[in-house]
Amino acid sequence: MTGDIVLQARGVSMQYPGTLALDKVTFSLRRGAVTALIGENGAGKSTLVKILAGIAQPTTGALFLDGAEVHFLSVREADAHGIGIIHQELNLCPNLSIAENIFLGREISSRGVLDKGEQERQTRMLLERLEHPIPPQTPVGELPLGHQQIVEIAKALSRDVRVLMMDEPTSALSASEIDVLFRVIRDLRSRGVAIVYISHRLDELLQIADSVSVLRDGRMVAEADAAGVDVRWIVEQMTGRTAGMQEKSQETTAGPEVMTVDSVSLTANNGRRLLRDVSVGLRAGEVLGVYGLMGAGRTELLECIMGLHPEMTGSILLDSKRLDAMDTARRIACGLAMVPEDRQVSGLVQSLSVLANITMSSLKKWSRGPWLSPAEERGAGLRMTGELRIKTPGLNANVGSLSGGNQQKVVIAKCLLTQPRVLLLDEPTRGVDVGAKREIHTIVRRMAASGMAIVLVSSELEEIRAVSDRILVMSRGAVSAEFRAGEATEDALALAASTTVEGRPEQV
Amino acid sequence: MTPARTNATPSVAPTHHLLISPAALLFRLRAIIVLVLLTAAFAIASPAFLTGSNLTILVKHVAINAILAVGMTFVILSGGIDLSVGSIAGLAGIVAGGLIHSGLVLRSIGVVVYFHTWLVILIAILVGAVVGVINGALIAYLRVAPFIATLGTLYVARGSALLISNGATFPNLAGKRDLGNTGFLWLGSGSVVGLPVAIWLMLLFAGAGIFLAERTPFGRRVYSVGGNERAAELSGVRVSRIKLAVYVISGVCSAAVGLIIAAQLASAHPATGETFELNAIAAVVLGGTSLMGGRGSVANTIIGAFVIGVLADGLILLGVSQFWQIVIKGLVIVLAVILDQLQQRYSRRTAAAMRHSL
Repeated sequence: MTGDIVLQARGVSMQYPGTLALDKVTFSLRRGAVTALIGENGAGKSTLVKILAGIAQPTTGALFLDGAEVHFLSVREADAHGIGIIHQELNLCPNLSIAENIFLGREISSRGVLDKGEQERQTRMLLERLEHPIPPQTPVGELPLGHQQIVEIAKALSRDVRVLMMDEPTSALSASEIDVLFRVIRDLRSRGVAIVYISHRLDELLQIADSVSVLRDGRMVAEADAAGVDVRWIVEQMTGRTAGMQEKSQETTAGPEVMTVDSVSLTANNGRRLLRDVSVGLRAGEVLGVYGLMGAGRTELLECIMGLHPEMTGSILLDSKRLDAMDTARRIACGLAMVPEDRQVSGLVQSLSVLANITMSSLKKWSRGPWLSPAEERGAGLRMTGELRIKTPGLNANVGSLSGGNQQKVVIAKCLLTQPRVLLLDEPTRGVDVGAKREIHTIVRRMAASGMAIVLVSSELEEIRAVSDRILVMSRGAVSAEFRAGEATEDALALAASTTVEGRPEQV
Repeated sequence: MTPARTNATPSVAPTHHLLISPAALLFRLRAIIVLVLLTAAFAIASPAFLTGSNLTILVKHVAINAILAVGMTFVILSGGIDLSVGSIAGLAGIVAGGLIHSGLVLRSIGVVVYFHTWLVILIAILVGAVVGVINGALIAYLRVAPFIATLGTLYVARGSALLISNGATFPNLAGKRDLGNTGFLWLGSGSVVGLPVAIWLMLLFAGAGIFLAERTPFGRRVYSVGGNERAAELSGVRVSRIKLAVYVISGVCSAAVGLIIAAQLASAHPATGETFELNAIAAVVLGGTSLMGGRGSVANTIIGAFVIGVLADGLILLGVSQFWQIVIKGLVIVLAVILDQLQQRYSRRTAAAMRHSL
């Protein structure tokens, strides 16, 4: 496992106005080894990776490549030295094809003319290596999030990298896609590539990592061989306190049925069936977990409930009132609320303040006549930041200045202020640090205890099992199994998620 | 992220985080600083600048652009653009001029109807609102890009104005006492408490615009639609209605401007308002409102309109050639946007720093 050091950051510090993001960190990457870089949001992981990739320049300290000091002034320079990075946020042009995205900026051309055929041939090879034979001409915008992530990975692989940094590469991937990624990582490792792997999914980290480095508050607090550590140790190092996964505090008794989803089906423009005859009832005070792989139709189900797909068939009833003809605004008024999967794209308005984001769905409540009442609006904001422990420099701060977990809490606060009867949560803890995750779980349980009905969509088995009262598994647009909380083992859930209901052939 | 901090209940940090450095403050207030500096410079350079009569003329000129720019600010905040404002002003002026000058001719029954002045004004404003509805419907419901939709109405409204007057001017809009349509010219030449009506109207539109944008749910929704349409939709904002509304507001502002100009000239020209849309956009941009939507304010737009007005007036007083004036205006606009970019980069950096400090 241990080889010579390819790239090393020696004593790097990063001073941002007002904060020290990194404090004399030394971090070494070895040839043919996977180093997991771990830390809560804001611990400095992204900053460190940015320095290694040439995106940011350290205030003090230096980088050494093969033992010689180097200065990367741009990503291009780092790239030229074979240092690649897969960002947490996807950096793809949705209007361009897969092949065009992969070769963006380094197009293959002969005598100034673009060689599309060659680009597509190489792209096809890359995608086959990733076990996702998608046609290279497909526009990236038409791909589901998980496949876009695959394209991002293919893009990094297309360069001859010696060092590859992956920031949350699996956040949008299903279990089987993660397996593929891990095979690719192992393959790269055997070819001598040094890999930095950042993830919040700790169990997953331990499967792939050779060594573990933990950052806390900008300092490197622990480094160890992955073989000798477990999740509990990592969490302790990250948070500086002992902790375990939060278990449900009490079994709640579910109340009467508040929402009924009755044989809902949805077909995509290309004829693919996204939802097939989904029926489910939801009771007041229960948390219904919905598990499934990427593309199982979980997000689409929530979107249908919220009225984003008027072309769906079947019906949705809230308090035995049909919602079918209502637009999203009216459904929210009727007591629905949704925390969407991607908070940057669908949850937050980045140009607005923390307060404006929190009150966005309930503005009428903080108005006197036609005017907004600043005092009442502020009062509501203070109440929510207190109740959900949203850490913010102030209510008027830009929402972008908050950490991922706190941004997510802002989205949740926005939903809660509408006092929904039914709350839909789509991957509410994705890209959120362990502390905030636990807090979000507590909030979910508390809301359920107060009588709210909650649907929790998650790709994390552990989370689904810890928070739900009842678990629904979806596979290829249909409900493939249902479990009571106590009965659902990880194996059973994973199995149900990968079975095809009714054995119908799937059109793709 | 120490345990002590995680467990602490007060989640809103003390105020020292909110204090911004003096440099950042100067940067944020740059539009008004530029305005003050410009005014001071012209006042020193030309003794005629700070005289009451000159300032009145200056503000009257600014009023025209400022009223258009108030409507434009709402459109741009929502993430759109309205190129048809000048044409709407021309059309509204022609409609009002035609109704006063030659009445509504109903050929089929051989009757000419003259309306009361207030009704004429109302009809002209309605014309502006209707063009706004057309713009909004094209953009919000038929999903035509704002640039294209309003480019289309720019031509259609201008062409309509030419058709109505047959390309001619409606002169002498004083009206006739026996027809009950006198008083229109008061809009252009009247004054209340010593200030011209146009200036009062600017204050009215600016005040209403600021209040609407800052203090109503509607205003907040405009910002959210411009900032992130999808998030707004999922938060229960009726995005299409908001979009429709901002173009109606812009249409009404434009029609008001058309009326003021017709009243000031005591005649209605079908070509009134050509290229006004560019001045309005310039005022909005100078005020720091992002053309991407979601960021900016009506108050800053008013300042932007004043910067343009003061610059034009001052340069004329100094005898700078008209051609140079145009070049300078262009340079100022580009400079303003460069400053805006710098500020956004700065605030992004501080936001990132804050994220790290939390």
